Amino acid sequence: MHPALQAVLTIVIGVGGCVGYFYFSNQFLDKVLFPGTGPNAGRNISRANMVRPWLFLFPAFAALSVYLAYPVIETLRLSLTERLPGNESQFVGLQNYQNMFNEPKFWEAMRNNMMWLLIVPAFSTAFGLLAAQLSDRVRWGNLAKSLIFMPMAISFVGAAVIWKLVYDARPIDQDQIGVLNALYLFFGGTEPQNWLTIPGWNNIFLMAVLVWIQTGFAMVILSAALRGIPEETVEAAIVDGANPFQVFFKIKVPQIMGTIVVVWTTITIVVLKVFDIVFAMTNGQWETQVLANYMYDKLFRANDWGVGSASAMIIMLLVSPILIWNVYNARKEMQ
Amino acid sequence: MAAIAGTKSSLTWAVHLSLVAMVLLWLFPTAGLLVSSFRTSDQIATSGWWKSLGASEQNLTLRTGGAADQVNRDNKFVIEGNLFGEASEAVISVWGTSSRSISDYSAGDTAELKNGETVTVQANGDYIMEHSEEFTGKRGQRIFATAKTPPEFTLRNYNYMLFDPTNREGMAKAFFNTLTVTIPATIIPILVAAFAAYALAWMDFPGRALLIAVVVGLLVVPLQLALIPLLKLHNEIGIGKGYLGAWLAHTGFGLPLAIYLLRNYMVGLPRDIIENAKVDGATDFQIFTKIILPLSFPALASFAIFQFLWTWNDLLVALVFLIDSTGDTTVMTKQIVELLGTRGGNWEILATSAFVSIAVPLMVFFAMQKYLVRGLLAGSVK
Amino acid sequence: MANLKLTNVEKTYGGSVNVLNNINLDIKTGELIVFVGPSGCGKSTLLRMIAGLESITSGDFTIDGERMNDMPPAQRGIAMVFQSYALYPHMTVRDNMSFALKLAKKSPAEIDAAITKVANTLQLTEYLDRLPKALSGGQRQRVAIGRSIVRDPKVYLFDEPLSNLDAALRVATRIEIAQLKESMPESTMVYVTHDQVEAMTLATRIVVLANKGIAQVGSPLDLYERPENEFVAQFIGSPAMNLLSGKIVETGDVTQVSVDHGNGVIAANIPSSPDMKGASVNVGMRPEDMVPVTGENYAFESKVEISEALGEVTQVYFERQTPESSPVIAKLQGIHRDVRSQTMRMSADPAKVHLFADGQSLLYR
Ligand SMILES: Nc1ncnc2c1ncn2[C@@H]1O[C@H](COP(=O)(O)OP(=O)(O)O)[C@@H](O)[C@H]1O
Ligand SMILES: [Mg+2]
Repeated sequence: MHPALQAVLTIVIGVGGCVGYFYFSNQFLDKVLFPGTGPNAGRNISRANMVRPWLFLFPAFAALSVYLAYPVIETLRLSLTERLPGNESQFVGLQNYQNMFNEPKFWEAMRNNMMWLLIVPAFSTAFGLLAAQLSDRVRWGNLAKSLIFMPMAISFVGAAVIWKLVYDARPIDQDQIGVLNALYLFFGGTEPQNWLTIPGWNNIFLMAVLVWIQTGFAMVILSAALRGIPEETVEAAIVDGANPFQVFFKIKVPQIMGTIVVVWTTITIVVLKVFDIVFAMTNGQWETQVLANYMYDKLFRANDWGVGSASAMIIMLLVSPILIWNVYNARKEMQ
Repeated sequence: MAAIAGTKSSLTWAVHLSLVAMVLLWLFPTAGLLVSSFRTSDQIATSGWWKSLGASEQNLTLRTGGAADQVNRDNKFVIEGNLFGEASEAVISVWGTSSRSISDYSAGDTAELKNGETVTVQANGDYIMEHSEEFTGKRGQRIFATAKTPPEFTLRNYNYMLFDPTNREGMAKAFFNTLTVTIPATIIPILVAAFAAYALAWMDFPGRALLIAVVVGLLVVPLQLALIPLLKLHNEIGIGKGYLGAWLAHTGFGLPLAIYLLRNYMVGLPRDIIENAKVDGATDFQIFTKIILPLSFPALASFAIFQFLWTWNDLLVALVFLIDSTGDTTVMTKQIVELLGTRGGNWEILATSAFVSIAVPLMVFFAMQKYLVRGLLAGSVK
Repeated sequence: MANLKLTNVEKTYGGSVNVLNNINLDIKTGELIVFVGPSGCGKSTLLRMIAGLESITSGDFTIDGERMNDMPPAQRGIAMVFQSYALYPHMTVRDNMSFALKLAKKSPAEIDAAITKVANTLQLTEYLDRLPKALSGGQRQRVAIGRSIVRDPKVYLFDEPLSNLDAALRVATRIEIAQLKESMPESTMVYVTHDQVEAMTLATRIVVLANKGIAQVGSPLDLYERPENEFVAQFIGSPAMNLLSGKIVETGDVTQVSVDHGNGVIAANIPSSPDMKGASVNVGMRPEDMVPVTGENYAFESKVEISEALGEVTQVYFERQTPESSPVIAKLQGIHRDVRSQTMRMSADPAKVHLFADGQSLLYR
């Protein structure tokens, strides 16, 4: 079947199926199971109303269980087993973890990930805050925001191409076509550099891509927060004699601290899952490995499900504090 | 704020300048790609894209017409024509006749060649070659000219990457495949999530708070954990690798955000309206379709944009659940990664294919930015 | 035709938050019943239980003898008007009004006729194709009322329908509602408000809610003239009734009381039994019933602290005699200049004096 036809059919079946499911299950509930007429009308109706939420929830939570909840458990199980030939598997305890911890590549990925965790959220948030504050003070601020926000729409892969062009290097006797090398030579560099192959620095150049993408996100959220600050507090500070920098750091920033934390953690989660950028730009060579790419290597190149799952569990473990914190806050808010 | 008396204007300038710098910095990389995609491979390889915007000084090697073009005029043999072939906007400043001395003459000068021939070259490339005897060389005289050429752009790359049927690396099919993945993967989760969100927002049942907490928790579960178990599952139930698997996976992975966003929005709808609908005799199903859905349009749009961008830009899910060994179902992101490997130096191809894949999200972004921002504000866990 | 009957109705939220207890109420066809009470006393909750929007924890609620506890709102034959109007923002006025009729599968002709008629009476005809956001507050309120009328319900429920309107519009709409009621003598209305002027002007009977229960049910003047307890006495009437502590010195058809901070005895036309002699009571006098006296028998003597001249009346605030005693206010007819700092002796006509023992009026002993 032609994929287009298949897609249309899927939309029809998917959408029609959903609507049909919701419609007919409701009909069934109200007309057949607990009919709202006859002697027990009242009791039936209230029974139907007790069942109905579960009808509404069923498809979503079925999908969530299969596609998110089950995999967490299954990955945990896989990380404790070893695949044997012929679709067999064997429980090996923490062996996979031990193998993983003995691999320098893993520690390289861990070290790099920690660096990403420190640098990307910090710079994205700082740049975002700067952009938010600056653009709120000029008339063309909305245009500026739009342009800084734009990379958000660009795929990591697209961004990888964009930045590879920036980092491109040509031999010394040719015109440089990468901006970075052109600038480097212009400001007195002696020789064009292959930026992505310089261990240590190359990580920074990869992170720059994510910072470039995430700054817009931080800016949008922080700008809304800045606008939410009561104007009176700022005016009071000005009347008290605060200069613009004091107003910003002593009055505004403390009031949006909560939002800054939210932005920070959200970007942290993005960083923990970062895969495409490294995959497309260096594929973990030249000491740029990160956990998500390491895991992909193990799973699909080395075909080692045990260690792959173990590294996935490490990512899960790193996300957990944020997960718990979010759940805790959500529950608090609902009370 | 601007109205406050005594605000320093130097500070205002600093604000403007810093913001301009920042915007340029953010725009520059993308602009490079865009501009490059409209240049020929030679142009890209020989000069930085930023130079292509202004007129550029180039050293060109040109050739006059050969013996076949000569005419006999007043007992002289003459070859006339334009070095650029057709009318061009390039302007020649200096020129020469050998590669060792490319700037011997200025435009309008006449050079004498060793065998008595003369050649005159004008700034616009018009030349005239004269000789008392018949010209014999078939290939004409080489002219080394330094010329200022105006910016020159071409659509050839796009033509080649999108419409050339002989191009096996073409993006047309990948573009189409991406679209095929994206649309069902955007529409289906919306519907499923909307019902659940309504139940979580407006229906009373035991365990509601717990389920909401579960959704919030699943919001941050890394995709990576799902890869192997789900691939196994898909293989076991016979879906294997293909569109269906990708659609299902995207649906599953998109649901937490969808439910979370929509529930937050729906909870904010006025309670009275919903109760009034109940008094008016609407069933839960009718309340949902006739009241909640139309009123939740902004939230639905927000999520639709998120999900669209995410599925369109996705690489990992496509790699794991969609693209099989035949590569028939390849998507643009995968195609680009492939090109990065095999055609790493061919920037015209890379830039063009990257831009083909970026263009649609960018259009969606600029058209629907309002909803995207709203969604972000509602979706970042407070 | 609709008789509403609440028997021992109780409401508890989430198993522990008890809001209403022991509600017994009989509402007859054609009545306009108003629930009043301080904010948070459960007026809305009671109304929403009648509507079916809130479950009844225990007790029975019937309409015309049919038990309604588990009946969904739509099948109770009610219509409700909300304080926020609750118009569907994405539907035009016409669609707002026809929504319920369409759900009930009425024919288009029938729907059209009903809407035309109601729109005419409420002067909404020219707005039928507008969205709610293009209407003023008063118009929105009329649409909300119109929307309930088109359904021709047996019972109308109003939850503070006027509190989002400004003062002038509130009076106008109040009168419209009164006229509406007049034009539909068969319909039963239940109206929640915290505004006692609305309650006094609209109600056939008022239900005062307090302390999780009904403090008194009665016609507006009944509540004013014969309040059953101190709460109702102070809740109805503005400023609130003055309460002065005292002792019964003479029982009989007319009870004689000596007031702690007064002098001599004052009479109240309320009978009391002989065993009440010497009992502590609170003497209630409405500010508008208090008059200056010159003799040696008075209920109260103090210096005027503040006087507010309103033209038709002058409100006089007296200094308290002891820090614990409640402030006393009198409303003197006409203009009284220079009363400030004067010491005045006040009393009231025996027919207008109220007596409460343990918070309950002696009238109902
Ligand atoms: N869903 C609920 N859960 C717990 N308590 C509630 C709920 N709804 C209302 N209450 C409480 O019930 C009491 C009565 O509320 P309500 O009927 O709205 O008062 P009002 O007389 O002002 O209309 C209030 O104290 C309120 O806090
Ligand atoms: Mg209320």
